[in-house]
Amino acid sequence: MNDFTKYLAGRVTAGGMNRREFMGRAMAAGLTLTAAGELFATSAAAQTPKKGGNLKLGLEGGAATDSIDPAKATSQVMFAAVRSWGDTLVETHPQTRAPIPSLAESWAPSPDATTWTFKIRKGVKFHDGKDMTTDDVVATLKRHSDSKTESGAAGVMKSIKSIENKGGDLVVTLDTPNADLPAIFTDYHLVIQPNGGVDNPTAGVGTGPYKVKSFEPGVRMTFEKNTSDWRSDRGFVETVEIITMNDATARIAALSSGQVQFINRVDPKTVPLLTRAPTVQLLTTAGGGHYVFIMHCDKAPFDNNDLRMALKYAIDREEMVKRILGGYGKVGNDFPINDTYALFPEGIEQRKYDPDKAKFHYKKSGHSGSVLLRTSEVAFPGAVDASVLFQQSAKKAGIEIEIKREPGDGYWSNVWNVQPFCASYWGSRATQDQFYSGAYLSTADWNDTRFKNEKFDKLLISARGELDEKKRKDMYREMAMLVRDEGGTILPMFNDFVNAGSKKLQGYVSDIGNDMSNGYVASRVWLDA
Amino acid sequence: MSNSTEAGQPPGRSLRERFPLLTLIFERFALSIVLLFAVSVLIFAGVEALPGDFATTYLGQSATPEAVANIRAELGLDRPVVTRYFDWLGGVVHGDFGTSWASRNSVSEQVGKRLGNSLFLAGFAAIIAVPLAVGLGMLSVHFRDRMPDKIINVISLAAISLPEFFIGYLLILYFSVNFGIATFPATVYEGMGFLERIQTIALPTATLVLVVLAHMMRMTRAAILSVMSSAYMETAELKGLSSWRAIIKHAAPNALAPIINVVALNLAYLVVGVVVVEVVFVYPGMGQYMVDAVTVRDMPVVQACGLIFAAVYILLNMIADILAIVANPRLRHPR
Repeated sequence: MNDFTKYLAGRVTAGGMNRREFMGRAMAAGLTLTAAGELFATSAAAQTPKKGGNLKLGLEGGAATDSIDPAKATSQVMFAAVRSWGDTLVETHPQTRAPIPSLAESWAPSPDATTWTFKIRKGVKFHDGKDMTTDDVVATLKRHSDSKTESGAAGVMKSIKSIENKGGDLVVTLDTPNADLPAIFTDYHLVIQPNGGVDNPTAGVGTGPYKVKSFEPGVRMTFEKNTSDWRSDRGFVETVEIITMNDATARIAALSSGQVQFINRVDPKTVPLLTRAPTVQLLTTAGGGHYVFIMHCDKAPFDNNDLRMALKYAIDREEMVKRILGGYGKVGNDFPINDTYALFPEGIEQRKYDPDKAKFHYKKSGHSGSVLLRTSEVAFPGAVDASVLFQQSAKKAGIEIEIKREPGDGYWSNVWNVQPFCASYWGSRATQDQFYSGAYLSTADWNDTRFKNEKFDKLLISARGELDEKKRKDMYREMAMLVRDEGGTILPMFNDFVNAGSKKLQGYVSDIGNDMSNGYVASRVWLDA
Repeated sequence: MSNSTEAGQPPGRSLRERFPLLTLIFERFALSIVLLFAVSVLIFAGVEALPGDFATTYLGQSATPEAVANIRAELGLDRPVVTRYFDWLGGVVHGDFGTSWASRNSVSEQVGKRLGNSLFLAGFAAIIAVPLAVGLGMLSVHFRDRMPDKIINVISLAAISLPEFFIGYLLILYFSVNFGIATFPATVYEGMGFLERIQTIALPTATLVLVVLAHMMRMTRAAILSVMSSAYMETAELKGLSSWRAIIKHAAPNALAPIINVVALNLAYLVVGVVVVEVVFVYPGMGQYMVDAVTVRDMPVVQACGLIFAAVYILLNMIADILAIVANPRLRHPR
């Protein structure tokens, strides 16, 4: 074992690296597949969870307006909070994103994938001591799919026709076939509450590893261990405290002085400074979130595919990842899916910065003069700098981009999805279908590129109902090619989730599902005294 | 005789002449209420003029048209703005600030907690800063143009020249990160003991003291110096009073009015102007609460905070004026 593999094994033991990452790096360092596999297994086994202690998290993304009602949990803080006190029917595998059982023990679709039957786990108790029943599940799902709901999950629940309790099983019927229904039920808004939370949505009563003890929106939230938790492989610390810290410097100071053991949203620029402290470890995870420049395919001059192509060739992706993400991310290929998704279409040629091709397409488009790009620091961290980089690389291809800096306040209502060319970001979704249905289907609510393509729509609908994986993968590949070559999305980079923790923090799982170990950070880690 | 006319209180005399101080207070009070109404209109119009509305801002990028419509209908955002304003005003008159749109909690209850926190921090900073500033001001008059005066001036000027977040970060870096002797973050919460609370707010208090000290100190110094140059102070000096005695007994009381004014201004700043300090120290005060609410256009909260901030300013200025009148009887009778 050389120094590098030793280092890798150490990272695994410290919980800073997942299997996928480890295997890739160990094999690059010259280990064979089996050797790397064994090494990962032994290193991972070195982690024995310790119980007890008070875990303090300093998180960005909370406000006085936060609500404990999971239907309205939209902030980062509430995301981590909901994951700590509640459970969804289905979870995702941290490394593959495949749906795995949680409160639903198993599930099966009808052959046409329109009717799904879920077996609900028995013997699970809510925090208030009552049994969790199928009726509670039905009431929860109904609350989020009701036409009057204000739930953040309303969008993904739209295709559901009926939700019933049939002999203790949950039976869900859909308008159109959907092979991904279990993945929808991993949405964090859909935590199961007693009677669906209809009577008291803000009670914070669930089946999770921690019980809510106190909640001051935008300030602090405390939890204590749920001693009758139905799972023993989580909830290792005794109490959890989430402190809202929206100031990046405050988070770093709190972590380096040892007042908190975990912080989120570390600015890549401060990473070198932060990791100088001997007590601090960086916790990064590759994710499906990405930063984009979006063009409306139906508005001049962006209704011309050659112009769109010219701009796609005129952006220097490598440079963006290096400068804007500080290397904590990967280049994008102008379609919103990367290898963190199941059924990712591999082997599509990577689009590169090519001033000549950009020049060619620009000329062919017949457009002259500048194009106006609207940007703002709220579009994504570093969006203004990224826009300037884009402007410079495009200039070398003879394309003039005019940048207009918009106020952050009101950006999402006045610029994004309104103006024809602007900077934006997307978080990741549970499945490719969810992403494409939400943002690329002709009729999608958030079709922010006005991408309307009949062939794409047909492929998406049939892929959704396709239970044969091979066929499905081929369809997704074709869809990716359509978006990449005809869509209005310029996707230079996928950003990593950059968090940091104290070295005492052990067992952190790099979950590709979402930030902060897919929100499960408090349930999964333990403190080494 | 002049004596009998004053004692006899002829019936023709107005209330103003009979109770000058009370009338003045009453007038100030009435004016304050009018001011508050004006402020409420301004706040309402201001939030209304901001780009984006609550429903879209709150749901952010995950807003579906249905969810937006549902929220707007439920909150009555589809009603005309004038109707909404008067509905709200009606509630406020009865002491009800309504319900936060975002968290659906009672605004009065939330504001109560946050205002309590803000007043606690401000009060604590004031207890240290005001006597310190006035004391240092007198000290620097006593040692005018000598070494102590210069040192006090340089240090206080340096403190006021640095932005408060920078002072905050410096204090955090040295006292929390490097030496580990101060608590950070300064997050106070319900059920925290008094001593623990004081310990927790040590750093933000120190920051605030440094920020407001110079202003009050320099005003004290200037006010006393201007009194010191008057003829009766020369007399006091000539009759052989010690310099300290002259400052404290004769100069300070006559310099009170401007000092009270600057103290009131700084106290108001301590309550309503410390958003940056609250953010840096993660302190759950009113400023942070209002900023959060503005970000999502949570109108009931913004209006409540705005009104309370206005009320604090108006109240402190009123008290300062009244105290100035009490300290200087000449101001009681309009010429």
